[in-house]
Amino acid sequence: MLPPMAMWEKLLYFDRRIIFLIIAVAVLVPFLTGWMLPQGKITATTQHLFDAIEALPPRTPVMISFDYSPSSMPEIQPMALALAHHILSRNLRLVAVTLVVTGPQMADAAIMPVAEKLGKQEGVDWVNLGFKTGGAVLVTQMGEDIKRAYPADARGNSTQNLPVMAGVHNYDDIGLIIDLASSAAPGTWIVYAHDPYDIKLAAGVTGVMAADYYPFLQTGQMMGLLNGLKGAAEYEYLVGQTGFGLLGMSAQSVAHLLIILFVILGNIGYFTSGRHRRQQR
Amino acid sequence: MRLQIPIAIGFLAGFFMLVQFFVPHQFFQQSYLELFDWVKIIGAFALVLGLGSLFRTHIDKIRNRRPDHIYSFVTLISFAVMFVFGIVYGVKPHTSFDWLFKNVQTPLEATVFSLLAFFMASAAYRTFRARSVEATLLLTVAVIVMLGRVPISDYVSFVDFHEASEWIMSVPGMAAKRGILLGVALGVVATALRILLGIERSHLGGGGGGSS
Repeated sequence: MLPPMAMWEKLLYFDRRIIFLIIAVAVLVPFLTGWMLPQGKITATTQHLFDAIEALPPRTPVMISFDYSPSSMPEIQPMALALAHHILSRNLRLVAVTLVVTGPQMADAAIMPVAEKLGKQEGVDWVNLGFKTGGAVLVTQMGEDIKRAYPADARGNSTQNLPVMAGVHNYDDIGLIIDLASSAAPGTWIVYAHDPYDIKLAAGVTGVMAADYYPFLQTGQMMGLLNGLKGAAEYEYLVGQTGFGLLGMSAQSVAHLLIILFVILGNIGYFTSGRHRRQQR
Repeated sequence: MRLQIPIAIGFLAGFFMLVQFFVPHQFFQQSYLELFDWVKIIGAFALVLGLGSLFRTHIDKIRNRRPDHIYSFVTLISFAVMFVFGIVYGVKPHTSFDWLFKNVQTPLEATVFSLLAFFMASAAYRTFRARSVEATLLLTVAVIVMLGRVPISDYVSFVDFHEASEWIMSVPGMAAKRGILLGVALGVVATALRILLGIERSHLGGGGGGSS
């Protein structure tokens, strides 16, 4: 049997494939078993977004910008589904746009199943305006004239004739803009939509990006923020729709605890093996 | 002339946008909207240029039998397949293009992204050491934020990890981020002025920086 010191030293050379295997099992088991932890406290920024949508009068248009690609779907798609459900179930109009080329498919994947479930009609209750090049220019142009920026929707229907776009000329006619993003797109919406046109703006971003947007929450340039999978789970809880967000939080809880355990074990090995003294010399 | 004309166009366009911001005359407002259409058209051409560059890079790689050139084949074939299905059947829901997007591109991208979890766990185990006061501080903060991001920490009664994590994000984290943002904003203004005045020319090609 190894002496305790050698055992800890050995810990430092733990095969990484075993770590991979432990993480894979830890993430998969909650999904396969459907094990769900009760939702904890709701973050204030999530609650603010929920309350803002609750306060909108019926048929108010809400714009969602789907600025993410399939790589971020696990974190952001649950937000999109929960938001689409909230907006359409409250009889608000949903206008989908995107600044990224993969966005139209993300929008369809989020809105179509919800609209079908709630009996909402494309062109009347919701519309996917699709992708246009331009980024900041497109955002600014919509502030002046949305139908000029988007003469047709993603299916080729003229926006002039769509009932969902009736009375929608520019940001003055939009109740709220929500940017779901895995890129720096919320920055574009802040600078080119919120600041010049004073439109209410919120965002849903991946967990690693969330820290970038806290300064804009404090200044009031953004009124709400969904922060990664936790934000998605919180929103699902608020709208009463259990989905991938709430289910994913169990897997994320286990994964986070495991990573913390690995960090502790790694540090125990580091200090007990005397490596820290060797490195200090 | 190859440099002077683009610099002159850049100066005139930039100067016009600056002037129109401060002059609410109808001529400026209309021209401003007109320019937006131009920018979107130029943006579409940029996509074509990007495609041309992609093709050139991968064809060169295949022609010269560079290492891993097999992946260039995969890129070009994938592009051709998506292009043909998109052009022939359209990109609307329930088309072949849509099917390929949902059943090939989406799982592939999600798989690559999900590998991060494995590498993060392994990296945390091997490199996240309390080697110094700063490293210990970073480690402690990371643990608090990680616990604050999951509901399981609500079962711990003696520390409110949720609130602690929010405080870290919205006070010290935000202060640091704001400093970075101010620095970036000043850099953007300086670069914009350099481009407008023709001092910064690296965007015109040739790889050279600006002359001072």
